Amino acid sequence: MFGKKRVAIVGAGLTLFRRNLKETGKELAYEAAKMALDASGLELRDIQTVVMGTAPDAFDGVHMKGEYLADGAGARGKPYVRVFVGGGTGVFTPLAGWWHVASGQFDTCLVVCEEKMSSCFPHPAYAFTTIFDNILARPLGTTLIWIFALEMHRYMHKHNLKKEQIARVAVKNKKNALDHPCAQLGANITVEDVLNSEVLCWPVQRLDISPTSDGAAALVLASEDVAKKITDNPVWIDGVGWCIDSTLWTNRDLYYPDYVEYAARMAYRMAGIKNPPKEIDLAEPYDPFDYKELHHMEGLLLCRKGEAPKLTEEGVTQRDGDLPICPSGGLLGVGNPIAAAGLMKVCEVFWQLRGEAGKRQVPGDPRTGLAQAWGDLMQYGSVIILRR
Amino acid sequence: MSEVAIVGVGCVGFKSIMPELSYKELMFEAAVKAYEDAGGINPRKDVDAFVTCAEDYWEGFSIFDEFVPDQLGAVLRHLFTVSGDGLLGLANAYMLIKTGHFDIVVLEAHSKASDILTFYDIVAFAMDPVMVRPLGGNPYYIAGMEMNRYLCETGTTIEQCAQVVVKNKRNALANPYAAYGANITLDQVLWSEPCFYPLKKLEISPLSDGCVVMVLASEKVAKKLTDTPIWVEGVGWATETPNLETRDWGRAVYTELAAEMAYKTAGITCPSREIDFVELSDLFAYKELQHLEALKLCKYGEAGMLLEDGIITKDGDLPVNVSGGCLGMGYALEASGMQRLLEVVLQLRGKAEGRQIPDAEVGLAHTWRGIPTATGAVAILSNIKE
Repeated sequence: MFGKKRVAIVGAGLTLFRRNLKETGKELAYEAAKMALDASGLELRDIQTVVMGTAPDAFDGVHMKGEYLADGAGARGKPYVRVFVGGGTGVFTPLAGWWHVASGQFDTCLVVCEEKMSSCFPHPAYAFTTIFDNILARPLGTTLIWIFALEMHRYMHKHNLKKEQIARVAVKNKKNALDHPCAQLGANITVEDVLNSEVLCWPVQRLDISPTSDGAAALVLASEDVAKKITDNPVWIDGVGWCIDSTLWTNRDLYYPDYVEYAARMAYRMAGIKNPPKEIDLAEPYDPFDYKELHHMEGLLLCRKGEAPKLTEEGVTQRDGDLPICPSGGLLGVGNPIAAAGLMKVCEVFWQLRGEAGKRQVPGDPRTGLAQAWGDLMQYGSVIILRR
Repeated sequence: MSEVAIVGVGCVGFKSIMPELSYKELMFEAAVKAYEDAGGINPRKDVDAFVTCAEDYWEGFSIFDEFVPDQLGAVLRHLFTVSGDGLLGLANAYMLIKTGHFDIVVLEAHSKASDILTFYDIVAFAMDPVMVRPLGGNPYYIAGMEMNRYLCETGTTIEQCAQVVVKNKRNALANPYAAYGANITLDQVLWSEPCFYPLKKLEISPLSDGCVVMVLASEKVAKKLTDTPIWVEGVGWATETPNLETRDWGRAVYTELAAEMAYKTAGITCPSREIDFVELSDLFAYKELQHLEALKLCKYGEAGMLLEDGIITKDGDLPVNVSGGCLGMGYALEASGMQRLLEVVLQLRGKAEGRQIPDAEVGLAHTWRGIPTATGAVAILSNIKE
């Protein structure tokens, strides 16, 4: 890391992910933050700064949602900031936490991500109708699923893929989620179940999509000096990367996410990783739709373009495969409270590297892991690389 | 010793309404100016990270971050959004450079407030949805209540508060970026429409449109880009609490905490002696006095007297809001802190023309995120390199 300051993760916390939790957003943030603090052995008074990640204000119907959540996240009387990059927020927020500590400004930082989608009536998907350009796209009545159907179609067409190949991702992730205590949609399903599920917008079907959820996740970050004092097994943030593509998604070829590749290259460069498939022991790419896991594996340079479905078919991406992908169960299985889902992935990599993932533990003593999230108008990539 | 400098600034506005430019065009024009000002950098190659400051509800989008990259030259570059004021963006840009991994960072904040048809209804959405919002009413009543408490605790008079408006609007006449410069009298302020007792209409900053873009650079790069780098000596920011029920209504605790942090980083032990001029948030006239005290530039309750003695006027010992402040330039939502920062940079460069403060070396920029938040930020800047 060029002799610069290292930053460690020393604790993680995660609430249940559910369709409609009774807790308020503040309470969810509190629960996750408390769990992360307890896991790290630190107390709130030891925390010097708090970074918040939470996706559109429209879910909660609260303007300046970051301000509203401040006390729940433990930020009372502290330097506190909210960062926001759409769906990429969950993995981006610990990146912001990283520079709070890596800059030398703080020794400890609490990173909290919260999402309460169920407050949005009649369905959280309505909040997404206002993510589109107000002149060019909104009048068409565009929904989120339409544009992902376009992207999925383009990806399938370019690589000549069948839906069966993509459905395997949903089967794998929902099965993995059976072992996750926070999971919302763990299940034993078959490829046929996916193919026979309700068509929402061809080729997207019900079981291709992650659910809407409430939930929160948190991490405690510490500088090298502090981390070495409080824990014997810190997990280091060795690479960070993020990238945004043009707003005009209609002008891009959607079969490949350039922005994810650029973000990954930034993180690999920082972590000194030259051959990602060899050097990454496990990965948690963003999987709000089953095809996105494949799309992102390719963008992350974990395989060649169009090769991800083949690896999935061969079982390489299973928990006991050569390159375990989404051992947590991902968004498809654990649930998708947007920002909290991204941070859940970072929590999972943290637990896997510490050997604390319980029934989900991947074999082979993993040393290097990666988490990635994706957001905005099919436009944003955020990547974090963790090492033991 | 600072490692981070502001090497380029660009500003468009501020005006009460700018129908001639969309928010994207505002950002484009300010960005082009800033890149030129920073020695003609190419954003597509030279910039390591972009920080933009925006809140979804102000913009009318659910994920405003989507609509930012193209007009800043940030396509396929490393950009992100801070949901906060420009000075909170500055704090993040500053930390990015301090990590040693980033050399040039661009910071953007804008306001297209004139596009908002129902401003107070949007503000009401920032209130606690369970405990406070159902009470209804225009949320600016909080400012009236706070002013009452502040006057009660400190003995500051309503005339002193009104005098802030007279001073700042007059200062704004000399600032080409200010929307609301005017020569008015104390009586005109005192007899303006009562809005939220004891707050009067002219004591509330009206909204304005505009955009500010800045280029920050590490020490190594800054000297190559400009002969007049303005050093960021320290940044501080803090949130007291979002709860109306448990916050301090007399003192601006968030500003006290932010200032403490910024002074510590900048190595300032006696602010009133070491700081030459101040740009602070005067969203409401009384806030200028309250914030001046929270910044430890005078004792609690003494700011009104400082004003009466002429100390914080343009020619005084500690000029405050020579730009005109929010009262003179207009409340620019998340760009409010950038207005303050812009003025500090221009003054320290010696480029503030008709309102130049002679021999200014150390300036302070401060912001507050407005009703109903208790979040503020402070930046200390200097044109001398020790």
